Amino acid sequence: MSIVTVQLGQCGNQIGQEVFNAVCSDIHGKHGLCSKKENESYQDTCKERFFSEEKAGVPVARAVLVDMEPKVISQTLAVAARSGYWKYNDRSHFCQKQGSGNNWANGYCVHGPKHKDEIMNLVQKEAEKCDRLSGFVTIMSMAGGTGSGLGAFVTQCLRDAFPASFILNHVIWPYGTGEVIVQNYNSILTLSHLYRSSDALLVHENDVVHKICAQLLNIKQISFRDVNQVIAHQLGSVFQPVYTAEGALHYSRNPLGVLMETLVPHPEFKMLGLRNIPQMPENSLAYSTFSWPGLIKHLRQMLIANATMEEGIDWQVRAPCPGSSIPSRHPTSKPLHFNTSIANLVILRGKDTHSADIGSFQDPALYTSWLSPQDAFNLWKTPRAFNKYEKSAALVSNSQFLLKPLDKLVGKAWNMFASKAYIHQYTKHGIEEDDFLDSFTALEQVTSSYATL
Amino acid sequence: VAVGQCGNQVGCRFWDLALREHAAVNKKGIYDEALSSFFRNVDTRNGGDGRDISKGKICSLKARALLIDMEEGVVNEILQGPLRDVFDSKQLITDVSGSGNNWAVGHKLYGCQYRENIVEKLRKTAEHCDCLQCFFIIHSMGGGTGSGLGTFVLNLLEDEFPEVYRFVTSVYPSGEDDVITSPYNSVLAMKELNEHADCVLPIENESLFDIVNKIQQMVNSGKLGSIVKQNSLVTSSASSTKTVQEKPFDAMNNIIANLLLNLTSSARFEGSLNMDLNEISMNLVPFPRLHYLVSSLTPLYTLADVNVPARRLDQMFSDAFSRDHQLIQADPKHSLYLACALLVRGNVQISDLRRNIERLKPSLNFVSWNREGWKTGLCSVPPVGHSHSLLALANNTCVKPTFMELKDRFMRLYKKKAHLHHYLHIDGMEQSCFSEAISSLSDLIEEYNELDATKSGPGIDPARLKIAV
Repeated sequence: MSIVTVQLGQCGNQIGQEVFNAVCSDIHGKHGLCSKKENESYQDTCKERFFSEEKAGVPVARAVLVDMEPKVISQTLAVAARSGYWKYNDRSHFCQKQGSGNNWANGYCVHGPKHKDEIMNLVQKEAEKCDRLSGFVTIMSMAGGTGSGLGAFVTQCLRDAFPASFILNHVIWPYGTGEVIVQNYNSILTLSHLYRSSDALLVHENDVVHKICAQLLNIKQISFRDVNQVIAHQLGSVFQPVYTAEGALHYSRNPLGVLMETLVPHPEFKMLGLRNIPQMPENSLAYSTFSWPGLIKHLRQMLIANATMEEGIDWQVRAPCPGSSIPSRHPTSKPLHFNTSIANLVILRGKDTHSADIGSFQDPALYTSWLSPQDAFNLWKTPRAFNKYEKSAALVSNSQFLLKPLDKLVGKAWNMFASKAYIHQYTKHGIEEDDFLDSFTALEQVTSSYATL
Repeated sequence: VAVGQCGNQVGCRFWDLALREHAAVNKKGIYDEALSSFFRNVDTRNGGDGRDISKGKICSLKARALLIDMEEGVVNEILQGPLRDVFDSKQLITDVSGSGNNWAVGHKLYGCQYRENIVEKLRKTAEHCDCLQCFFIIHSMGGGTGSGLGTFVLNLLEDEFPEVYRFVTSVYPSGEDDVITSPYNSVLAMKELNEHADCVLPIENESLFDIVNKIQQMVNSGKLGSIVKQNSLVTSSASSTKTVQEKPFDAMNNIIANLLLNLTSSARFEGSLNMDLNEISMNLVPFPRLHYLVSSLTPLYTLADVNVPARRLDQMFSDAFSRDHQLIQADPKHSLYLACALLVRGNVQISDLRRNIERLKPSLNFVSWNREGWKTGLCSVPPVGHSHSLLALANNTCVKPTFMELKDRFMRLYKKKAHLHHYLHIDGMEQSCFSEAISSLSDLIEEYNELDATKSGPGIDPARLKIAV
């Protein structure tokens, strides 16, 4: 089954290109560490999932590129073609000239309706090329105007046009201090709208990825390219082929469907965080050995202590003992030390996955009481190593990972809204104060729901 | 649109440096998207004005510009100089007698007289654009044409092209201005800027003068071990072998020209975090009338060193916030920031930007509802002769003193009714024009006052919405 990716805005297009790169270079790598048959099956599944075959030539990414200004798309197309391993379809892109001006209202109310038909036509064409469509992944940032505003509009259109397909929004959370001054407004408007139409939001925070580049990868002068490559690696570790059931003979056919089923049991809880281990500079890989017990232990602690990477984990945090009374939690009084989960998914790739013991992830103390630990926790595996890591583990978590960032974001946006700063820029394109209030209400609701887990 | 003597002299420098910048980047002579932002590509093989060529080799570049002056001297000089082929007769509007340093003559008299002509020529230039995003007006505030007719054109642009952004670069008169009526002209013009401009970049000659002197000193000092490269913020393409400028204001005008080039660099050239003009207006104008942006450009010059250690890069950021790099006489560090934008060009990455923002933040005062009010852009293409550069745009209450001084100078004249008759006898001018103008300026100053008052406040965040669980 195939996934169609919709790349929206500068961020979405820059990341999308790195994702296809990562996935392609993974299947061409010689570090599969598995049988030839296994490797071939992996490559075939990956190709069907992300690429369509062109008669003569390199695989063509199943993607639609959308931006309101032309520079990024032309760069993206050119860089992809230069790789020699894959490319984009020359016609699967839509762009305009004037940009969205970092204005969510401009993206959503003006560009969206104006260009809906053309954009959806391109999506339809890509969807038709798939034998079987698993669903859509949109890549966008929340801070700007196109990815955020137009992205929210396109997500709605996707939902209307493809009611039976899964939609996953891959959303980039901006740096806390400034990329864009109105980023908090754009973010709350985006999140509240996406929540209505999409199945799940998979979030990457720029601050977190930046720290990974600095501390784990030792990059001195971090560029957006570095950040995007880490994100692409982490996404690849989730979406590359895996066996989703013990004893399965084929790689999972419906990657998005299974992901949603396992992780989003309730529509009020759609925010997914992603953690990956190990992450290290490429030239250190040769000198490192990993053990599954070590990796799993770290990953579990990263989950419960809400750590963003494998360094600086707070090992003091422990799961609450069974039987202890859990006091009612008010959002402002809870110290948020222990990260409660609704559902978790662990993906293991590489050597000897059969020996990995993930019992510690099935501890009921990690979860809310709504699902049995057997339902709340899922494990996917493949013996095929990913992207030069002999062993690697990914965690996709529906938990309180994003509670603090969300709370902070809403707080900052509210602070600005109270002074009415910049509101005139939105009202002139059709977003009124009431629309802001609706978004705030929706997100306070989500925050409260996650806080009282 | 360059209006008046100052506007056209700056405009001339702008087009010269723009050509130089594109020539340095565009090695193959292909007419590309970047060039088309400022230039048309015209087929002149059959003489005169042929049709536009949208792709392929560069044939003849024509500036997307309108040159307006009520005297002929400046425009004629441009048409006889090296830029003569960049403009054609359909882009010029001139007269002979000038505006006599009288805003009313420029705005009411010539405005009325030339209205249709201006509209027609604007429409023509707009028609040549695939997608018109922004008008730039360059003028001075103290005279008659730039100030009066320039703001008339601003009004026109709002009426005829309401969806297109209006950025105005305004040169404000200094205290020792030898034009006695410059306070009148400036305040009358300010009202128009308040009401009809999307963004104003105020410039003061004194600041430009100080910057030019500073560069001159560095060039002349030839300190041991530090040789200043020929290319600096004030160098023209014409004088790449000399450091002495031919005309007295060229060096100062080059700074303004560089300001405009840097402002538009991310819209023209690629980068990892693009910053378009509509984004500048969106992020830096929190309330419609507070649209005055203080600008600073660094570095002023480059040293001949090829290696640029991080320390020097960081120095560039520090300088951008120092008083002597601002293009008006103001000190943003000791006033209140409403918003700040940093547009970096060259080999600078997001981590360099973030490191410097973290470093400088503690010493800056930001308004309570925008404590992290930074807008950033990264453009890969550096300006000619530099490996990297930074443009800082600040919406900061430090503009207030400039406006207050203007008001004071105005009131000194107005109280004595000095020279008023020159204005009032122009058709369409009344006493109320003056009172409305000073009232508009006073209101603006008051808005800045109110913001300044919040500076020392405790900054308690407003209570959040409560949701029933």
